[in-house]
Amino acid sequence: MGVSNTIQQLSVFLENREGRLDDVLKVLAEKDVNIVALSLADTSDYGMLRMIVSDPAKGRQALKEAGITAMLTDVVALRVPHATGSLSKAMHQIVEGKVNVEYMYAFANGNDAAAVLKSDAPERVVDILKGSGFDVYSAGEAYRANQ
Amino acid sequence: MAKIALENWNETIRDPKIECMSRDEMSALQGERLVKQVKNVYEHVEFYRKKMDGLGVEPGDIKGIEDITKLPFTTKEDLRDNYPFGLLAVPKEKIARVQGTSGTTGKLTLASYTQNDVDVWGECVARGLTMAGLNSSDRIHVCYGYGLFTGGMGLDLGAQALGAMAIPMSSGNTKRQLMCMEDFGATAFACTPSYALYLAEAAQEAGVVDRLQIRASINGAEPWTDEMRKKIEDILHINSFDIYGLCEITGPGVAMDCIHHKGLHVYEDYFYPEILNPADQSACGDGETGELVFTTLAKEGMPLLRYRTKDLTSMEHSICECGRTLPRIQKFTGRTDDMKVIRGVNVFPTQVETALLSMGGGVAPHYMLIVDRENNLDVLTVMVEVDEKYFSDEIRKLDSLKNKVGAVLKQALGVSVRVKLVEPKTIQRSEGKAKRVIDNREL
Repeated sequence: MGVSNTIQQLSVFLENREGRLDDVLKVLAEKDVNIVALSLADTSDYGMLRMIVSDPAKGRQALKEAGITAMLTDVVALRVPHATGSLSKAMHQIVEGKVNVEYMYAFANGNDAAAVLKSDAPERVVDILKGSGFDVYSAGEAYRANQ
Repeated sequence: MAKIALENWNETIRDPKIECMSRDEMSALQGERLVKQVKNVYEHVEFYRKKMDGLGVEPGDIKGIEDITKLPFTTKEDLRDNYPFGLLAVPKEKIARVQGTSGTTGKLTLASYTQNDVDVWGECVARGLTMAGLNSSDRIHVCYGYGLFTGGMGLDLGAQALGAMAIPMSSGNTKRQLMCMEDFGATAFACTPSYALYLAEAAQEAGVVDRLQIRASINGAEPWTDEMRKKIEDILHINSFDIYGLCEITGPGVAMDCIHHKGLHVYEDYFYPEILNPADQSACGDGETGELVFTTLAKEGMPLLRYRTKDLTSMEHSICECGRTLPRIQKFTGRTDDMKVIRGVNVFPTQVETALLSMGGGVAPHYMLIVDRENNLDVLTVMVEVDEKYFSDEIRKLDSLKNKVGAVLKQALGVSVRVKLVEPKTIQRSEGKAKRVIDNREL
């Protein structure tokens, strides 16, 4: 195959100061980078903004030029059919495969949902999921979700 | 206990001969001691012999206290260069005790005492305790830290010299402090002023103020204001006094304020003070602000000539209403360097840099120190830039980096810090003298 089915997430470190999130969103909007999904984790000192965007590399470059620390992280976007227990089954396979999930968030994508998974071995997660009959979104599909 | 009003105060002076000595007699005593001390260090301390030779000064040139200006200075860097025992004027076997404080980099500043030095130290603190209205029947609760830090040991030695009871509590565990204070019937306590206020408020909150027998507190090792003193006095109904000292010279007991609070009386028979213009080291007149410089006139273990404290203050020689002729130094207005005193511990920004560099990655050696006072306790926040290479979108990894930085800094500074990770390249780069410290404490 040779085609990787991991996708790139744009991750941004947000210092806990006024207007920082606004700054980030403004930069992306100005450069015409669309946000497909996002998750914002907060700690007492700082926040971590994780996004699936239309063009991660362009987004990162734009933020970098604006003096904002951003990085690209390999994640897996799992297609989760809208049926009770689908996510549970997928997670079970990942656990069986002894891969550790760092964090996860989900967004609706057409008739299905997408669960974005960060693990220490993204390629392996793709193999496990595909091997057990699950579908993962390609980069192209994920970056243009719901469009 | 009831706070004693000034008009009802009964002043006791431990050593009236010295503390109320005329200026002429004091100068003669100081001159005599200086002549002896200079001869001693010239003969026994290579560092001073070389310095004096370099200046072309011989012991014979020093005939009285007025000749002190001919002598070389000593700096904290000199102590570091001669660490740990390079400045001893006696064989190491004669050293009875060492005490230490932080240095500008990773190493400590170490001070060595002979048994006589220890006795003099205790005597000076006892003079101060007497100034605070205490005597041999008092019970002194010492909640300064014990250890290399001079606070705990200094007050302990003072209580011993006074013949009072010493209660060596050391610092921390406020609940236990209050319990012991009440149970043992302590009549005085000693700690940093910020902790004194914290303790006072804790006692008030716990409703135990009326059960305490405290009548005085002795507080020093960090800057404080008259307002803070009045607050402590009002809450606990006591009289509070400011004590000053530095490890290099002896520890607490170099100077202390009396009930009139018009400056701290310097025990100038042992520790000769000069106030010098920071620009050219010329002598400042009374009331003029300059750098405080000390010469230890009778110290045996590690005598120091003209030690530059880098503390800025002014001095008054007029006779105090308490009757003492000892000159008074005012509260410090600042420093000639960027040292900060955090909960009684000296912190130099350069220590932070050294510690961050020692981590070998993870964070850049760019930092900003922010000092605040929350609930009357000093809080040190260190803002550190995360190295781009170590950046992670996983909070667990960033938190573990943060904890590691916190542990390294605590070990290096001897005081716990709050670490705040910030984005790379957001802290001002040093161009000449970058501002590395923001002190938000209102003093």
